Amino acid sequence: MARSIRVDDLPLAAPTPGPSAAGAAAPRGRSRWWRRFARNRGAVFGLGVFVATLLMAVFAGVLAPYDPVAQGVGPANQGPTWTHWAGTDSFGRDMLSRIIYGARIALVVGVLAVLLAMVIGVTLGLVAGYYGGWVDVVIMRVMDGLFAFPIIILAIAMMAVMGFGVKNVIIAIAVGFIAPFARVTRGDVLGVREEPYIEAARLAGVSGPAIIARHVLPNVLAPIIVQAALRVSGAIITESGLSFLGLGPPPPTPVWGSMIAEGRNFIVMAPHISTIPGIALMVTIVGLNLLGDGLRDTLDPRLKR
Amino acid sequence: MIRFVLSRVAQTAAVLFTVSVIIFALMRMIPGDPVLMLLGDDFTEDAYRQLRARLGLDRSIVTQYVFWLRNILQGDLGDSVLLHDRVVTLVWDAFVPTLTLVVASMLVGVVIAVPSGLVAAMRKDSAWDWGSMGFAIFVYSMPSFWKGIVLIWVFSVHLGWFPAVGYVHPWQDPWQGLWKLVLPAITLGTFFSGLVARIIRSSLLEVLDQDYIKAARARGVRRAALVYRHAMANALIPVVTIIGLQFGTLLGGAVLTETVFSIPGMGRLTVTAILNRDYAVVQGAVLLGVCAVVLVNLVVDLTYAFLNPRIRLA
Repeated sequence: MARSIRVDDLPLAAPTPGPSAAGAAAPRGRSRWWRRFARNRGAVFGLGVFVATLLMAVFAGVLAPYDPVAQGVGPANQGPTWTHWAGTDSFGRDMLSRIIYGARIALVVGVLAVLLAMVIGVTLGLVAGYYGGWVDVVIMRVMDGLFAFPIIILAIAMMAVMGFGVKNVIIAIAVGFIAPFARVTRGDVLGVREEPYIEAARLAGVSGPAIIARHVLPNVLAPIIVQAALRVSGAIITESGLSFLGLGPPPPTPVWGSMIAEGRNFIVMAPHISTIPGIALMVTIVGLNLLGDGLRDTLDPRLKR
Repeated sequence: MIRFVLSRVAQTAAVLFTVSVIIFALMRMIPGDPVLMLLGDDFTEDAYRQLRARLGLDRSIVTQYVFWLRNILQGDLGDSVLLHDRVVTLVWDAFVPTLTLVVASMLVGVVIAVPSGLVAAMRKDSAWDWGSMGFAIFVYSMPSFWKGIVLIWVFSVHLGWFPAVGYVHPWQDPWQGLWKLVLPAITLGTFFSGLVARIIRSSLLEVLDQDYIKAARARGVRRAALVYRHAMANALIPVVTIIGLQFGTLLGGAVLTETVFSIPGMGRLTVTAILNRDYAVVQGAVLLGVCAVVLVNLVVDLTYAFLNPRIRLA
């Protein structure tokens, strides 16, 4: 393929100021790793946003001032006030509580979908790369086919087949992300496979699966983690997109995507219904993108410029 | 060159085959018996067996796939249960507005991305660099459906500059058509510009770091001339291919964006079909969308090879 640059490898964040020579001097150990990460202001901001969203999701029960699905806790379509900081929606539900609970769905779907895709994709990539031959050909051709689907279109098709609900959203998004994980893993395994220590293990009579688990996987882990970090934001955007189309978790589940969609009908008299959940979504995505970028620069120095 | 073209065409055929198998498998995973759905509540055992045989559902799965593929290759995607029209017609009518939006967004994206990517690379680590890359990540991270709503709120509801919703083919009524396309194209185009500006920046930085550029600089070539005359051509070839390879991403984005602006495209068609369990339409839409992506990728790769003598002459 005529592809000299992979889109996912490109820095999303603005360049980090400061001497780059220090960052290039391969640091060893955890503290140096952390120092290099901490020098990337965007990444630290991203980590902060991620932790904040995580805390919001975990402590939603404590933080939310109202029940997120209770109707009529305030007047309908009211803009932000002291009693309802983010206003109320058309059912008189408290928007702030719904946004806080929405973080839970967004993170659960985003993280679980990526983890599921990672487990399947990495396994396929390891097997394809290590064994080669027809196993490799079959697995990777299937991955090529999956890769051709735009993620949201594949997810829409999967939802059509499986029906709606949080579990199915996770599966639909995960299927769309399997191929990138398999490709990244396989590419690195091809290099590691030829290393002398793999040859030594093989000669010592260690079985294939054991070599893969003990010697191959640990050496290809860094790019996989980077890939996972970069994909979580994509998973959350896809989930929101599905919910926006009305193909996500059914109402009255508090989901950012469906909240934005509901507010569309009230854009003239109550613009806050669409705009405020969108801000929550956007801040989360910016944070995750910056965090993924920072992790890539620190964990996968090959891609650092 | 011929070998390269043949191998790429073969690869594309293989991908299309896999895609067809995936879609066929997906459609077979739909719960419920299609024969029962067609027959309704009142039918005889005999009628059931006959319809089942007529649909080919009593054959092996491989035979079913071959029949299915043969129909599709002949351009027969079946009929819509609900809209009483041929799926091919429905899907094509919906594909045109979506494609129009994708092309318009590509133009908007490139117009924004080229100058901002150039400035960022030429003044690396400056405020310009920070500003344009900050803008890039900002517009890139905004979900397109939300950005569309915000744009409607500002430019239609408040300022009244552009129509909020609707679509007219630009070749039927150029003024109305383009006017209604402005907000959707900005919505999706700014997302695309964020992606492309970053690619242009890093591609240009990579080229500017190469020996022939250093040599030119040592000869005293001015920086602007260096970029425009020596670096641009080499930096832009990979950018052009990546723009093409993002066609799928844009198609997905268009599905969401057109929903916001009530454009009668693939998004609306597919979602309505899903909610109505009109599976032939869903299948047709997905098939056309994916085939378009695969074929655009092929064209992009071949164009790249044609532009790049290192591949063309190999």
